[in-house]
Amino acid sequence: MKLLRELMFPLIAVIAAFIVGGILILIIGDDPIVAYKLLIGSALSWPDGIGYTLFYATPLIFTGLAVLVAFRCGLLNIGAEGQLYVAAFATAWVGITFVHMSAWLLLPLCFLAAIIAGGAWGAIPGVLKARFGSHEVINTIMLNFIAVALVSYFTQYHYKTPGDPIMETTEIGGGAHIARMGKFLPGFPERIPLNLAFILALVCCVLVYLFLWRTKWGYELRATGSNPTAAEYGGISIRKQIIIAMTISGSLAGMVGINEVLGYRYRYYDGFSASYGFTGIAVALLGRNHPVGVLLSAILFGMLIRGGIFVDAFTNNVTKDLVDVLQGVVILFVAAEALFRGPFGRFGLLKRSKV
Amino acid sequence: MLELRNITKRFGDVLANDNVNIVVKPGTIHAIVGENGAGKSTAMRIAYGFYKADSGEIIVDGQARQINSPHDAIALGIGMVHQHFMLVSTMTVAENIVLGAEPGSEIALDLHKATTDIQGLSEEFKLAVNPHAVIEHLSVGQQQRVELLKALYRHARVLILDEPTAVLTPQEVDEFFAILRGMRQQGKTVVIITHKLSEVLAISDEVTVMRDGRVVGQVATKDTNAAELARMMVGREVLLRVEKPDADVGTAELSVKNLSVSTSNGTKRVNDVSFEVRKGEILGIAGVEGNGQTELIEALAGLILAAHLTGAIRLEGRDITRVNARARRELGIAHIPEDRHRRGLLLDFSLAENSILGVHYRKPVVSTAGVFLDDQAIRKRAAQIIEDFDVRPTNQELPARALSGGNQQKLIIGREFELHPKLLLVSQPTRGVDIGAIEFIHRKLVALRDAGCAVLLVSAELEEVTALADRLLIIHEGRIVGDVDPKVATIEQIGLLMAGGH
Amino acid sequence: MRDLFTIALIWSTVRLATPLILAALGGLFSERSGIINIALEGKMLAGAFTAAAVTYAADSKLHLGAASPWIGLLAGMSAGIFIAAIYAIVCIRYKADQVVSGTAINILMIGVPGFLSGALFLSSGSTPQIPKEQLIPWAPIIIAFAMVPITWYVLYRTPFGLRLRSVGENPEAADAAGVSVSRIRYSGVLIAGALAGMGGAYLSIGQSSLFTRNMTSGRGFIALAALIFGKWRPVQTLLACLLFGFTEAVSIQMQGAIKLPAFFATLLRQTPGDDIPVQFIQMVPYLLTIIVLAGFIGSSRPPRALGIPYQKEK
Repeated sequence: MKLLRELMFPLIAVIAAFIVGGILILIIGDDPIVAYKLLIGSALSWPDGIGYTLFYATPLIFTGLAVLVAFRCGLLNIGAEGQLYVAAFATAWVGITFVHMSAWLLLPLCFLAAIIAGGAWGAIPGVLKARFGSHEVINTIMLNFIAVALVSYFTQYHYKTPGDPIMETTEIGGGAHIARMGKFLPGFPERIPLNLAFILALVCCVLVYLFLWRTKWGYELRATGSNPTAAEYGGISIRKQIIIAMTISGSLAGMVGINEVLGYRYRYYDGFSASYGFTGIAVALLGRNHPVGVLLSAILFGMLIRGGIFVDAFTNNVTKDLVDVLQGVVILFVAAEALFRGPFGRFGLLKRSKV
Repeated sequence: MLELRNITKRFGDVLANDNVNIVVKPGTIHAIVGENGAGKSTAMRIAYGFYKADSGEIIVDGQARQINSPHDAIALGIGMVHQHFMLVSTMTVAENIVLGAEPGSEIALDLHKATTDIQGLSEEFKLAVNPHAVIEHLSVGQQQRVELLKALYRHARVLILDEPTAVLTPQEVDEFFAILRGMRQQGKTVVIITHKLSEVLAISDEVTVMRDGRVVGQVATKDTNAAELARMMVGREVLLRVEKPDADVGTAELSVKNLSVSTSNGTKRVNDVSFEVRKGEILGIAGVEGNGQTELIEALAGLILAAHLTGAIRLEGRDITRVNARARRELGIAHIPEDRHRRGLLLDFSLAENSILGVHYRKPVVSTAGVFLDDQAIRKRAAQIIEDFDVRPTNQELPARALSGGNQQKLIIGREFELHPKLLLVSQPTRGVDIGAIEFIHRKLVALRDAGCAVLLVSAELEEVTALADRLLIIHEGRIVGDVDPKVATIEQIGLLMAGGH
Repeated sequence: MRDLFTIALIWSTVRLATPLILAALGGLFSERSGIINIALEGKMLAGAFTAAAVTYAADSKLHLGAASPWIGLLAGMSAGIFIAAIYAIVCIRYKADQVVSGTAINILMIGVPGFLSGALFLSSGSTPQIPKEQLIPWAPIIIAFAMVPITWYVLYRTPFGLRLRSVGENPEAADAAGVSVSRIRYSGVLIAGALAGMGGAYLSIGQSSLFTRNMTSGRGFIALAALIFGKWRPVQTLLACLLFGFTEAVSIQMQGAIKLPAFFATLLRQTPGDDIPVQFIQMVPYLLTIIVLAGFIGSSRPPRALGIPYQKEK
């Protein structure tokens, strides 16, 4: 019953977004049913549809978890975008610099680089908030732009193949590659870039759950987010929790770099992120800031990205921008929860039960 | 002039105003007295359109009126000066006064006219203030004058003043009363909300006494006296009796020497306080709320930055003034906070999770690895508290939000008792708690005392502190102004000390 | 360094600052009323796309000639207002989190122009080219600079401005003084929509001659940074916009003019005499904003009620 209530609201938001999207499709002269059929069909076909859907979902699981952890501490991390760029570059840098190192050493180093770089970039707004009280939202936005400029500088001036017109670094060492799923799944072609980072993402969902709800540290973090004055009363340092939460959040966002660099392109490619950091906000919100919810909504958004490409190609007027539109509308609906509690609340679907 | 007729107002489960009737006659100064939480401010905020009454009528100049917002009240000639001033601190005096009733046209604010108008009013009512000064640079006394001018500028004929003297020094109070008398002379009507009896006698023509959301009497000031008013204010229909044996007092557990607590802007909320709490006794602190009790308890619990403290706090002789909250708990201090929603509970967390706040990081609720919460141990602990303290409903998975106030309070008390403290700091233990639970909580507190724990009890309920305490200190404006034996002292005596009288 | 301040550079600074000034002043109206404006970027995109699309249609389909860009400009402003209205309703009426819904608007506005242009112009996110004579290169610049004293006047010399400031600082006090908090906040957000929309319109039908995908590329956020850097005051905000416009102008125009000092060259493992990397110039506005927000250069205090929905007790 509790699960049903938790699922009900996100479901309504998604359906409402699809209805708004459908109306827009009608306006521009296409058939929404056809478009949606195409979208869902292409996203769930085996093996390509599902493979790509999960591949696109992977970075969103990481950023969704990143937003979730910060949110549980009462913070809004809009900086996942910057954190993942810094981390992706850091992991590529390790892979390039120690190109001949054996996999046993290089791979863990690359992982660590992504996690530490993301965490450090996330810690900055945390420290700024704890120390100076400056708002993490503004600082994370600013740090996004700084991160993008910084890694683009290093790519352009220091790690680009000379003469290459594309803004990307040279290739990382073979020891830093992580295997694609095709290696393990019979009948699953290796050309699909779905890789072990997806398994890492699943593991992170479990770890985040265990951390937040099963350890004393998670308890302190959530207590701070739930009621900082009561947390203080319980002997918890709010400042410390803010820094911890932002660091973990940054680390999770940083793992996007593992999927992108170690599992997909094997190099750092400037501007690779399709707003994964911002979509992470939608993923976390729609997922009710719970790891299971994040996993489900990341897969949903993965489907949209995958299906969007096909809708773009096989309808007359609809472009893949439909995905952004649906995303935006979903967040708006989720944010304005009161909208549904008003008119729909009367049916008792969404009323918060008291006992 | 202004009349409240059968006004009833509920906030959630709390009945703030229960069928309130108040008649304010034109050209008088009318005092409304009562303890904190008696419903005085609520009634007047309804008259000003800040809250909407659930039922009842407001009559202005003999006619029933709909007052839905302050805008409506202002139009009817009602002005209000709130206890927490409603001023925009970054704007100037003139800007604040004319806000919402600006002179000039829509496209040109005539600040020059505003200034001259304000100067005129200043002179007429002897409220000297510089119209160009920025609010945050003014003293509270000056800010209060701005608030008065704001109401007068809107041609208020009735001025409602909520605890206007709380922020003033005795000299300023005299000056302020002179201003109020001047206003009465000019034909204005004044309603003054206060809990200080000396002031009621000094300034008002009529008094309405409120208690527990109800009006208990309306009398002409000249026909009454302080003792009678005090009895009306603090009297209870149900007399609470606490059966307790004589205290078996041991050595000093907590000793406080010359403790002062200042806020970040430098005002002293606790001023040079010294006392001891001994093992096996309940030391009560009585006082009107807002006289430094909150800060005193929070300072003892380690919730106020050491930089804001002077003096010394010792637990069994050991100086703990600079020890943080967690370490103080480990030394054996438990704390039942006055505001359970702000401090005491994580409302969205389950009862089980709430039952470990403060011990969540150590054994037995953390397993041997030192990291993972031990679900079974937590359940056991929560079940124990729920059973011992009769928390209902008993489902540990419910969020704390789902409990009634009384059950939330029992949960907190149970949690803190489970620490087996040497010293218990307890504030307003029975606020918003039903009668049955009150008695239960009282018995538990006495039992803890009998087990040898030192208990420091703060309560705004005079009956409660006198019934429970073995010794009673009275606090007023951050100072200890009385030390009485609750078995001997009368409610009137204590009440007068609390109200700052002698 | 002396050849830095050429006429060309000053002109370029002015042109690049114009959309920032419009958007930042818009943001000022919204934020001074207490509503955070993360969504400036989205409103600019809405304005840019609509202005370009309408100007193109007015010129090539309706043959309105010289009136076309003006109609386009108005349409761009209207689009900004429309988006602002959605934002305002969600934030004020339904008390949604302002940052989250602002982010939603931004994502939405990356999608919508592409979505519509795909259908209208069969392109992937851009509008057709508008002929040079149907552009509006001057008017928005003049309006932007004129808006600074106007904003100052409205803010400090009209009853509306007084109410706006009071609502952003202490809505309860404004309410107690008989001011309708939500009405003032709606006005603030809608004005922001109009100005940000115009700022966006200038990008597509002033500075360039068509709308391209995500053409604001973060200018809404730079405008937000300028607003913070300018401490939420009109004149300082103008100066901040000029500074940020200048850094952008430098990064575009002055390639090769400023050399990397030897110390930094060694630090960055580059040859002394290389150009200063553009990326470092691009970072300046954001770094400055972080520094100002932390209180290192004077204090930049936001309106006290910024971001907090006004909840009146019933």
